[in-house]
Amino acid sequence: MDINFTAEEAAFRDEVRAFLKDKLPEDISRKVKEHKRLGKEDTVRWQKILNEQGWLALHWPKEHGGTGWSPIQKHIFEEECAEAGAPTVLPFGVNMVAPVIIKFGTQEQKDYYLPRILKSEDWWCQGYSEPGAGSDLASLKTRAVREGDHYVVNGQKTWTTLGQHADMIFCLVRTDPDAKKQEGISFLLIDMNTPGITVRPLITLDGEHEVNEVFFDDVKVPVENLVGEENKGWTCAKYLLTFERTGIAGVGQSKAALAHLKQVAAQQISNGRPLIEDPHFRRRLADVEMELMSLEMTNLRTVAAAEAGGVPGAESSFLKIMGTELRQEITHLFRTAAGPYALPFLNEALHDDFDGNYVGPEFAASVSARYFNFRKLSIFGGSNEIQKNIISKMILGL
Amino acid sequence: MDFKLSDEQRMLEETVGRLVRDTYTFEVRNKSLESEQGFSADVWQQFAELGLLGVPFSEEAGGFNGGGAELMVVAEGFGRGLVVEPYLATVVLCGTLVDKLGSDQQKEALVPAIIGGETRLSLALYEPNGRYEHNRVTTSAKKDGEGYVLNGEKAVVINGDSADQLVVIARTAGAEDDREGLSAFLVDGNAAGVSRRGYPTIDGLRAAEVVLKDVKVGADALLGAEGQAIDALEDSLALGLVALCAEASGAMEVACDQTLEYIKERQQFGVPIGKFQALQHRMVEMRMELEKVRSITMLAACSLNESRELRDKRLAAAKAQVGKSGRRVAEEAIQLFGGMGMMEETPISHYAKRIVMIDHHLGDSEYHFGRLESLLDVE
Repeated sequence: MDINFTAEEAAFRDEVRAFLKDKLPEDISRKVKEHKRLGKEDTVRWQKILNEQGWLALHWPKEHGGTGWSPIQKHIFEEECAEAGAPTVLPFGVNMVAPVIIKFGTQEQKDYYLPRILKSEDWWCQGYSEPGAGSDLASLKTRAVREGDHYVVNGQKTWTTLGQHADMIFCLVRTDPDAKKQEGISFLLIDMNTPGITVRPLITLDGEHEVNEVFFDDVKVPVENLVGEENKGWTCAKYLLTFERTGIAGVGQSKAALAHLKQVAAQQISNGRPLIEDPHFRRRLADVEMELMSLEMTNLRTVAAAEAGGVPGAESSFLKIMGTELRQEITHLFRTAAGPYALPFLNEALHDDFDGNYVGPEFAASVSARYFNFRKLSIFGGSNEIQKNIISKMILGL
Repeated sequence: MDFKLSDEQRMLEETVGRLVRDTYTFEVRNKSLESEQGFSADVWQQFAELGLLGVPFSEEAGGFNGGGAELMVVAEGFGRGLVVEPYLATVVLCGTLVDKLGSDQQKEALVPAIIGGETRLSLALYEPNGRYEHNRVTTSAKKDGEGYVLNGEKAVVINGDSADQLVVIARTAGAEDDREGLSAFLVDGNAAGVSRRGYPTIDGLRAAEVVLKDVKVGADALLGAEGQAIDALEDSLALGLVALCAEASGAMEVACDQTLEYIKERQQFGVPIGKFQALQHRMVEMRMELEKVRSITMLAACSLNESRELRDKRLAAAKAQVGKSGRRVAEEAIQLFGGMGMMEETPISHYAKRIVMIDHHLGDSEYHFGRLESLLDVE
């Protein structure tokens, strides 16, 4: 048993570090580290840099332009990116729809979409959730009816993350309303510029426009945009859900956030001395650091098991729960660190081009918004309760 | 990075596993608990025959040359069986201290006897007003001709009632909580001036309050250089922490397994109670706490050769996590077992007691959180 990286793994980490030091634009990493809101162009610029290096498509096989990396390499890469303040790659294209296309798509679909995803030519979003289909995703109602060489789509999707920028959406639609719940669903790729599609913003409790509603009104989708067989869309959806989720624990993000929190707490004054010396606050920092050590090792155990050929299945559910709870706890501590200056809310101060005066310390401007925004972590991607159901069924056999 | 056990570690795991499964039944354990010394001499002899008592000692001394990972494997196995034999006291704490500090002569006299199961030792370290602070030592050792005279009181000395010899940590110099000036002495358990009040502990072990009154020992009783015991003592305590974390991990694993089995069998409202989501989620949370403890125990076990600061930070985190997660698992296990969890006759109650009370050995979670706080900036 050896918890340290091998010489090759350490060399790979150094290579990634050197690349990040050299190529990660300083203005972007500053925004990430200071929790400023990122624009579409920040994400696209970074994705193009990654693609130039051949490091965008972590999970793809080499022949399609992927890295072909091992689980440990992917893990190292994601941790280093998070710690360096690299923006999150938009997952919907490269990490979600692309693996489905690679696994179930036609040659034409692969030839057309995969290069466009690599070059960030299409901004993808995900059409899964509906107003009546959240955790119970298979109860979705958006209807697609085959008419000649088209499907006609009617219905509504919701919680569509960054759909306001999207060129393409991958959707789960019902093609057979008489079949059993999971069996009448198909996986469709839809051009967002098709007539009949309306995108409406949803503003979240932190004042952010991150998610949207997407309405489909007699939207004509060519049949060649069907991925896999008709009525077998649930297989694609499940494949995507069980797909490797190496970064799900968010250890790198938590490490970076904790380091920043310590920095901030050293500057804040409480009872006439730095907050970081306050025994109560320090105890909570210690608690988070301890939980993070446990999480990191649990994550590494899972990665090592994947490296040895295991398929990370329900174990990722443990990581999702632990990781999201920890990230949420850190946002709570940031709010605590800001004290009364957690209260002022200047939405414009969360943008990088803000040139006004902050109320109180600059770091405090975003802490409460982020705390509220991060409540989403335990809700999305299968709520933490759903993760517990998965563990309960798959691991505990209950 | 590699979490697999080596072939030797796997053999060790199998050896302990077989012993615990096949011979260390709940009934056998209960009989040991009722005996005067609180454990089974036969089982101890089996440990010796299987080579388990030699795990942390060098091969030249007849040992297994094991490090943190080997000790972890053994202690996890012991935890699964709630083993009450004095392995921590004799082998992990005292054995390694003697090995580290002792002269060739002292080692020759003791180490083979420990490995062979003939001699059992106990660490007389903590004091009635010292809680978990291992450097807060008022027991004094004063020079007396060639030898020393020891005076003081030692608190909750685990297996101190039955040990052949005590390793007494006493102050030869310095103020009450100085790190410098601590010395380790070998004291015969029956020496004149040593009185031991033995008693059972609630987690199935035995301990003693030890009073040393004008106990005279020769110069050959001193282990290592006078006043210089602290580093070696902390090395042994580090091993002890790994063993306790691993033991907790093993015991928590069984507690989770038994609880899972129970909620699959126990019927109420016409269905197994494990069909209720309220209980399923609690069961998942128990397993999650177990995974954390397993993970951080591995981290601790693999950190013994790091710098002292980094080692101590990780050990503190591990023991704090064991305290926090262990309590949660134990309380939930009792709750999910319902009334049966409250029963002396139900094994889960014994697991719960041991898991909770491990927090009171070598520093509880409050104590270790405090240590972690002071080491927060160590990378």
